[in-house]
Amino acid sequence: MSTDSVELSSSSASFSPENPAPFIEAPRARTKRTPRATRTNFELYGWLFMRLSGVVLVVLVLGHLLIQLVLDGGVTKVGFAFVAGRWASPFWQGWDLVMLWLAMLHGGNGLRTVINDYAEQANTRFWLKTLLFTATAFTIVLGTLVIFTFDPNIR
Amino acid sequence: MSTPTLDKSSGHSEALDAAEAAAGHLITVTMRIRRFNPEVSDAVEWVDYQFPIDPKERVLDALHKIKWELDGTLTFRRSCAHGICGSDAMRINGRNRLACKTLIKDLNPEKPITVEPIKGLTVLKDLIVDMDPFFQAYRDVMPFLITKGNEPTRERLQSAEDRERFDDTTKCILCAACTSSCPVFWNDGQYFGPAAIVNAHRFIFDSRDEGGEQRLEILNDKDGVWRCRTTFNCTDACPRGIEVTKAIQEVKRALITRRF
Repeated sequence: MSTDSVELSSSSASFSPENPAPFIEAPRARTKRTPRATRTNFELYGWLFMRLSGVVLVVLVLGHLLIQLVLDGGVTKVGFAFVAGRWASPFWQGWDLVMLWLAMLHGGNGLRTVINDYAEQANTRFWLKTLLFTATAFTIVLGTLVIFTFDPNIR
Repeated sequence: MSTPTLDKSSGHSEALDAAEAAAGHLITVTMRIRRFNPEVSDAVEWVDYQFPIDPKERVLDALHKIKWELDGTLTFRRSCAHGICGSDAMRINGRNRLACKTLIKDLNPEKPITVEPIKGLTVLKDLIVDMDPFFQAYRDVMPFLITKGNEPTRERLQSAEDRERFDDTTKCILCAACTSSCPVFWNDGQYFGPAAIVNAHRFIFDSRDEGGEQRLEILNDKDGVWRCRTTFNCTDACPRGIEVTKAIQEVKRALITRRF
């Protein structure tokens, strides 16, 4: 009987029962000490927020796209004057503000979930989430500032 | 790259071989098994074994045939061999199943049948994985009866309806087919995984148990039920037919109705 076999990856080291090859450890395996309990409801509220904000965003975003791209001559009408005209009304200011906050938080939380699912190293997770948080906070602050301080008479 | 073929007919007496050949119902199958032996090499290899077998036999019988007659170095776990002990969960043709409950004829034996260890747990040798993280998650949900006060002098009575409430999740045999089919668990072993949640569900919805609050609190944490992405891989994988994803969703609902 011959047991010749083709190895998918080769190594020059010779292994023996005294010197076995290292295992390929599963990512972030659970141990007696990890994960540590946090005892918060953050994930529960996060999960609920995703569902509720999703429902509201369907209306806000589809309405937004309809107004901007379809009704009244489509995308060609959108210009500085159009935006200035809309933001003169508190209703559209409120619409855009709610849409900005919900979309950013919904997307940000979704990306946080993706990072939690795919990033294996603790360091990678930390820096990706820091970057995500910074970008989300920056966009929300900037957008909110623009909506409230928009001056149609700017030259 | 071609995979090596290992065909061998010794180990049988010639009379037995003749008898088997005379039996026209045998077919030739190719078992393609993912092998890893750290004492020989750090490389993983796929080895083909070709031999005649009755298509009504199970994958476990084919593995036994390999180990007993063709290549004794093949390593795998099995104990009862009848779908109860939960030792021989493996990835057969890309799906998690019990080798002892999967018939060759149900697998399209025309093509090579691939057998791999279950994913998301460290492979120790051939089809054997390190189950410690899996059982740690099981222990962490406290899978035992928790009660307050004095023990009753007679058995704890329960109505048929109350028993029915958690009947589905009592069927779990802890084979890890569900947990090792979960894409969240593959990348993050800190997640409890479906099996631990199923076994928490079994006590959370038991009317005799008084530790439900504690278990819900444990599963409410960042690596608990909220990481479930409802991909239904676990429900598909369960060899006992437990509606695993439904059980996880029921725990989520219990957490939300407890809060609001």
